[in-house]
Amino acid sequence: MNLNFLEFEQPIAELDAKIDELHHVGKDTNINLNEEVIKLQEKCQELTSSIFSSLTDWQISQLSRHPKRPYTLDYIDMIFSDFEQLHGDRVFGDDQAMIGGLARFNDRPVMVIGQQKGRDTKEKIERNFGMPRPEGYRKALRLMKMAERFKLPILTFIDTPGAYPGVDAEERGQSEAIARNLYTMANLKTPIICTVIGEGGSGGALGIGVGDRICMLEYSTYSVISPEGCASILWKSADKASEAAEAMKITSNSLKELDLIDIIIPEPLGGAHRDVKMMGKNLSNVLEQTLVELEKIPVDELVEQRYQRLMQFGDFETC
Amino acid sequence: MSWFEKLLPARIRTDGKSKHTVPEGVWSKCPVCQAVLYSPELDRHINVCPKCTHHLRIGARKRLETFLDQETREEIGTELSPSDPLKFRDSKKYKDRISQAQKNTGEKDALLAMKGQVHGIPLVACAFEFKFMGGSMGSVVGERFVRAANIAIDNHIPLVCFSASGGARMQEALFSLMQMSKTSAILNRLNRKGLPFISVLTDPTMGGVSASLAMLGDINIAEPNALIGFAGPRVIEQTVRETLPEGFQRSEFLLKHGVVDMIVDRREMRERIASLLTMLMNQPVPGKQALAVVLPEDDAD
Repeated sequence: MNLNFLEFEQPIAELDAKIDELHHVGKDTNINLNEEVIKLQEKCQELTSSIFSSLTDWQISQLSRHPKRPYTLDYIDMIFSDFEQLHGDRVFGDDQAMIGGLARFNDRPVMVIGQQKGRDTKEKIERNFGMPRPEGYRKALRLMKMAERFKLPILTFIDTPGAYPGVDAEERGQSEAIARNLYTMANLKTPIICTVIGEGGSGGALGIGVGDRICMLEYSTYSVISPEGCASILWKSADKASEAAEAMKITSNSLKELDLIDIIIPEPLGGAHRDVKMMGKNLSNVLEQTLVELEKIPVDELVEQRYQRLMQFGDFETC
Repeated sequence: MSWFEKLLPARIRTDGKSKHTVPEGVWSKCPVCQAVLYSPELDRHINVCPKCTHHLRIGARKRLETFLDQETREEIGTELSPSDPLKFRDSKKYKDRISQAQKNTGEKDALLAMKGQVHGIPLVACAFEFKFMGGSMGSVVGERFVRAANIAIDNHIPLVCFSASGGARMQEALFSLMQMSKTSAILNRLNRKGLPFISVLTDPTMGGVSASLAMLGDINIAEPNALIGFAGPRVIEQTVRETLPEGFQRSEFLLKHGVVDMIVDRREMRERIASLLTMLMNQPVPGKQALAVVLPEDDAD
């Protein structure tokens, strides 16, 4: 079993392996296997589209945490230039789970902020599995205020299981740090575009998630609690994560239908990790288009629209 | 029947039932010092144990009724009631959970808001009802909070909120999460109008409520020994795999770490908040005479 593939992706993994093998055999023996390879590749495509045409919410949730899924820094490398990372909250330290800095996006300077997960074990620990501590949120806040001061648009990339639930995080006021960001972002006088690129884990995600447009990659998720967490509280068993995922409507399609997010960014066949370049292109296109649209709106009007949108969130009865 | 009674049957028969003439609910027990408390006495102390000063939890309605002056109370957002946009169902239907909670508490949802006065100072006050699904924040809670804040803005008066909540309401999923940004945004507006917001954190204030409106007070007040934090202690214990320090996430811990401004005894809350508000609003000292008149006589000792 290939650990870089999820359970439901295994048939694709097997075909992939066969195609690779044929390539090698072809090279070693000088027999022309091109036709075979092309046939298999077509078959692989078909298989992938059939699997991906009927994903369950739980499968999408797994895809959003796929080990090969591109992270914030991957997108920064691909679609931004002149990235200058800025470190530290100026009070306590520099949180590696939250990164940010100045960069150029299609030549215009912007502020980029995002949660960052690690690839290998060592980096995962350094990045704390993408779970920021208060100093991470305060660094983000510092950079956002800087962006406002210099009239730079803010682009945030959300990818976290949640804010870090640890003793030190509580001591330094995790709640206050997140609350302060929500409070401040509601009224920042500069365009803000937030994009969920992987896991949108609750308050930890929302801490950099208040903006003028909320985007989600097709197979990302955004949720008030992880499906496992919800299942263990409401179903009293973490095994019911699949039911919980379904019930909470955490996928981009459901959330768009509920009008809780604005834009879905399509992913390549098989998910972002199957064609990272194409994913970068899709993301870049949507961000450019959205930013151009936002830049046309006078900033006071933009902030008022953002406020009105925030006030509309909610579903209740009046009598 | 005891062995003694078996041996020597009592000659005088008494009706055993007569022992239970005390009506239910007149006596209760302090969970900390085990003292048996007479309910009217407990009421007079606003659910604070007179023996050990343990702050027992208090319902939202009782909270606001004891906090606000008796006259001029006006409830806000009574027309709002919860819906079930996701048709959520776990082991129970969300709809059934709502009706159950409404029946148990007599409230429509987990937040109560009233316009009123404290020692003659006009203000808007909100309180979470913890018994309503753990005081969880759904759409109605968010909307009532916003309406309360808007009334404060329109009348140019301060806002006070007593939090008691487990956090977000899972059955409303992302709608619930968005109430965090909604309530924080209205507080920003209130702030820009130059109006104070005093947040009183009571036992317990966790998760989404703590990580939004509850931590955004110009002044954050905690009640003694309240559990206040972002993640629940059990979650933290599972994550860090070590036992948590004594008093972790309690009010005194938060005061030490600079998260709250002060810890205030519930029985002094009215006076302290009135005094803080007059200073924040740059108003003269409330007349001592006037104060003494409003004070109930029981508090004289």
